Amino acid sequence: MQIKRKAFIGVVSLVFGLMPMLAGMSAQAAGSTLDVVKQRGHVQCGVSQGLPGFSNPDDKGNWTGIDVDFCKAVAAAVFGDAKKVKFTPLSAKERFTAIQSGEVDILARNTTWSMHRDTALGVDFRAVNYYDGQGFMVRADLGVSSTTELDGATLCTNQGTTTELNAADYFRSNNMQYEIVAFEKADEAVAAYNSGRCDAYTTDHSALYAQRLKLTNPQGHIVLPEIISKEPLGPAVRQGDNNWGDIVAWVHYATVAAEELGVTSQNIDSMGNSSNPSVKRLLGKDGTFGRNLGIPADWARQAIKQIGNYGEIFERNVGVKTPLGIKRGYNALWTDGGLQYAPPIR
Amino acid sequence: MQAAVLGALLLAMIWLVANVQSNLERQNINSGFGFLSERAGFGINQTLIDYTEDSSFGRVLAVGLLNTLLVSVLGVFFATLLGFALGVARLSRNWLINKTAMVYVEIFRNVPLLLQIMFWYFGVLRNLPTPRKAVSLGDTFFLSNRGIVVPAVEATSGAWWYAAALGISFAAFMGLRRRARLARLADGALMPIWRPFLMVAVASLGAAALMAGVPFSLDVPALKGFNFRGGITVIPEFVALLLALSLYTAAFITEIVRAGIQSVSKGQREAAAALGLPDNTALRLVVIPQALRVIIPPLTSQYLNLTKNSSLAVAIAYPDIVSVFAGTTLTQVGQAVEIIFITMIIYLSLSLLTSYAMNRYNERIALVGQNT
Repeated sequence: MQIKRKAFIGVVSLVFGLMPMLAGMSAQAAGSTLDVVKQRGHVQCGVSQGLPGFSNPDDKGNWTGIDVDFCKAVAAAVFGDAKKVKFTPLSAKERFTAIQSGEVDILARNTTWSMHRDTALGVDFRAVNYYDGQGFMVRADLGVSSTTELDGATLCTNQGTTTELNAADYFRSNNMQYEIVAFEKADEAVAAYNSGRCDAYTTDHSALYAQRLKLTNPQGHIVLPEIISKEPLGPAVRQGDNNWGDIVAWVHYATVAAEELGVTSQNIDSMGNSSNPSVKRLLGKDGTFGRNLGIPADWARQAIKQIGNYGEIFERNVGVKTPLGIKRGYNALWTDGGLQYAPPIR
Repeated sequence: MQAAVLGALLLAMIWLVANVQSNLERQNINSGFGFLSERAGFGINQTLIDYTEDSSFGRVLAVGLLNTLLVSVLGVFFATLLGFALGVARLSRNWLINKTAMVYVEIFRNVPLLLQIMFWYFGVLRNLPTPRKAVSLGDTFFLSNRGIVVPAVEATSGAWWYAAALGISFAAFMGLRRRARLARLADGALMPIWRPFLMVAVASLGAAALMAGVPFSLDVPALKGFNFRGGITVIPEFVALLLALSLYTAAFITEIVRAGIQSVSKGQREAAAALGLPDNTALRLVVIPQALRVIIPPLTSQYLNLTKNSSLAVAIAYPDIVSVFAGTTLTQVGQAVEIIFITMIIYLSLSLLTSYAMNRYNERIALVGQNT
């Protein structure tokens, strides 16, 4: 009886002991992300499991890519040091749970901003760092030059993406038949396409170029010209922490504004003496923008000096001189006929 | 005292559920099971029931569950068949047979299942021809890297006659067998079963053929554009997963069967031999029934493992429940808590049902063992 009572008290105290602990955990999750990040000493950034040009680890474990640079820029803005960031590779399936649960502070994982995701998943998309659209890649010897010729084709794709839905919509609305084979990881989807399981591999246009590099004979495959959907890719944060969302959004806008004003990582020190009021505000010589965001006044200056402006980031990771060889297109500045446009910093 | 502990646990669970719900609400994440009736909007390449992009997420769950059941049930069947054969072979006095079985067990038991799945999928897939160069058998069966395409058999109304004939034959067989058994127990007389059964079967099927002629129409597949249209396609993902699961589990079953047979004391076999039973008959009627009592409990575990291992399907895009429901549906809807909960409950139920069935079978053979 004595033992039983002890066990009972043990169970009860365990149960009630756990309650405040769990409650404490949820309270922390609801706290300010900026405070948590500062206390931790680095930004935790959710990226892909390996997509050249966007987020890709090299053989030494160093990450590169447009999304990686975005997170580094945030770290530079918050800490003045672009190295204070750690990366969590996430599958398409895991990504929203990771940001919802606080495992990562930013989800910069070539993720499409859609209304459902923005309104029903407890996440907020705050910027678009790459305007993309879904396309198809086929073998050159298949003799297909347009997606309209794909009736009856078998498609390989990544599971848990907007791609699956877009493909279904596109083929149905054009009265074409298709069979879809959806893999959890992009590597397996590409391998299956490579081994002939599918006639076409479909995903975002930029990713098609990136994945083509991994094929045994990249020249033997062509990316079809049509784009069947809008895929604005951008960083997302947890919903309900507007301050952190503002920081993420304005780091992106600062890189775009810097390109617009001609500020680069190379000339930023000499531009510091510029009398242009827009440049002075961007570099923190004027105004209280850093203080308003709760980060140092030279936030944008650090981000641009250490990582570069939007044009530099684009050209370094996916531009025409990289293996991906993608032109600016929709991602040119609005002044050059593109869609990248930053609200005024004033 | 126990009631109090139970109560405390129950309270804790209610509190946990309420806490999760309020946290989800505060973070503005949808909750509840309403999504099950919403439109899914994506395609699935193997559906045992009617499914289109307009079907609901609930339908996706059913499609995924059936695909899981299909590969699990067939996997259990083939693994058992192969495992028993190899288990007996493992004890063969023939050196070659014995060692072949041993090598099989050591290879398939010791390579991780996921690697085996990948091997069968990518290793075999890579060597298959494209649909345009498919290997065909009389232009009706085709083998290519899109899978095995076979003609679909569609029953016409005349099929009912054949169904009735088969029903009559089956009833006749059961009746004859029962009569023979009763007669044997009563006075040891041997009654014929097979000859009268065959007469009934031939007569009834012949009558059906006279009434209905050929009751089936064949939908023969043909290459059109990129792929075959018509017929039934057995997708390579299914074949690879079934092969890997069956071969892997068979290795474990082999050892279970071997151990089971060796647990039957040597005296039983000698007694059977003394009674003049040939080796094979002794194995079938004396050794195996006693070995089964030892075999069934670990065999049940293997069946459960096979069913749960089928969730590795997600790696090679076989549309099982984890792939289409806990995968695609989860990302489209975003309600991880509900979806993982449903998936866990389903696997739990499948495992409990399998255990229950196997335990009942175990009880039955255990009782038979005591009576003899």
